Amino acid sequence: MQFLISLHINPAVLDALSDEEKAALGGGHGEFIEALRKSGELISTQALVDPSQAAVVSVRNGQPAVTDGPFLESKEYLGGFYLIDCEDKERAIALAAQIPDAAIEGLGVEVRQVMFAAGQLEA
Amino acid sequence: MTAPALEDLLRELTPQVLGALVRRHGQFEGCEDAVQEAVLAAAVQWPAEGVPDNPRGWLVTVASRRLIDQVRSDHARRDRESATAADVVPEDVPDTDDTLVLLFLCCHPALTAASQTALTLRAVGGLTTAEVARAFLVPEATMAARISRAKQRVRAAGSSFTLPGGAERQDRLRVVLHVLYLIFNEGYTASSGSELHRADLAREAIRLARMVHAQLPGDGEVTGLLALMLLTHARREARTTAAGDLVPLDEQDRAKWDRELIGEGTGLVKASLAGPALGPYQLQAAIAATHADAATAGETNWPQVHALYLIMERIAPNPMVTLNRAVALAEIAGPSAGLALLSALDSDERLAGHHRLLSVRAHLLEKAGDTAGAYECYRGAASATASIAEQRYLESRASRLRPRVPPRSPR
Repeated sequence: MQFLISLHINPAVLDALSDEEKAALGGGHGEFIEALRKSGELISTQALVDPSQAAVVSVRNGQPAVTDGPFLESKEYLGGFYLIDCEDKERAIALAAQIPDAAIEGLGVEVRQVMFAAGQLEA
Repeated sequence: MTAPALEDLLRELTPQVLGALVRRHGQFEGCEDAVQEAVLAAAVQWPAEGVPDNPRGWLVTVASRRLIDQVRSDHARRDRESATAADVVPEDVPDTDDTLVLLFLCCHPALTAASQTALTLRAVGGLTTAEVARAFLVPEATMAARISRAKQRVRAAGSSFTLPGGAERQDRLRVVLHVLYLIFNEGYTASSGSELHRADLAREAIRLARMVHAQLPGDGEVTGLLALMLLTHARREARTTAAGDLVPLDEQDRAKWDRELIGEGTGLVKASLAGPALGPYQLQAAIAATHADAATAGETNWPQVHALYLIMERIAPNPMVTLNRAVALAEIAGPSAGLALLSALDSDERLAGHHRLLSVRAHLLEKAGDTAGAYECYRGAASATASIAEQRYLESRASRLRPRVPPRSPR
């Protein structure tokens, strides 16, 4: 089963961390990525640029219009993600709990299954 | 020899060659790599130079050389002299079929199901890592890491290259069958982005099940699993429309069912039911055979299907079995009897909010004439499933029951 673990970041919360805490956060992600890679559960992971760099695109009457992002007005924004392939939802949740963000108040770690195309209707 | 015939030959020989190598040298991990390299070498050389007289012997010799090279370079790296495996290019190849022993090793209980399936497909099925990765829709690097971790785990578990005995053998065989079942099912539960590969996976599971059945023809559950696969695979053409929409069993065009597979599957079911003990695969196969036996959905022998689910509930209780029995019960005794059985499942944590429970309830409510309730349940089921095809089907059922229907469209 494939899952997206999305990391919802709050800049105010991150700014309030000490240098040691910030270093531990970065190191924690490094260890997590290495462990996932070795277990054969990592598909990909990416961090995203600051939402101030986001562009929101809409098309009205066939005309594209671009405005500054982010789209959602919120204290938190999508900072990055892990795309994983693992045994089941329990395992995905156990893995998400190893992400250092999960231990920090104000940062969100969300697990959602990736949909698949085929399916089965049983007898 | 044609390319597909060559591929078939290589995949058939892979477990035999690997078995011969492990028997001789131990170290499953290194042998498995060496055999993959030998098979790749054969795939390149044989089309150009012709298939050798003794293909199996050729592969064993080449794989042994690779293994020796590997052992030597490992030793050199550790600055030590190699004493083992130096004189091992075998002239004689033992004639034993080690496929079963290999399967037991690949389906080692120390591994997760995902690792068991991957390792089985590579070491016994003879697929390359890239092929296994494509089949499971993950990058090759992900699959390579998974297989390598699985082999380390097998080594760490200190497994010996022998068939386990007594009660352990039965337990381990159950794991092997489950892994084959998962490989088969993978064809229906993953993305159709590569439908060709998905069908190949079902065929591969059938091929492996046939291999196990050839070794253990007297085991009812092995026979039952093979029969279940054949009977399910027989419906593959009828299961989806050209557009990829799912077609439920009662609406399938039965002329599209593969009669040859049904004949073989039904024969196996009959043989297995004559045996001393009954297991879940035999019963599921018997249910599939009962459906296959009906010329039209209306002629389905529902009392028999219900009785088979009832036996299954006794020998292997599982809420999913009860759920299926509710469908059969509703056919015999009406939708309210089925719904009453479902209400007993509501408190089961394993099924709470499960899309199958919701979709069966929706189906039975619709039959009972509770349109509004059925609509809600179809919608709930549609949001609970992770399958896009199932979601599309459930949404279409729901939209037929949408509360605000224009008065002129009759239902």
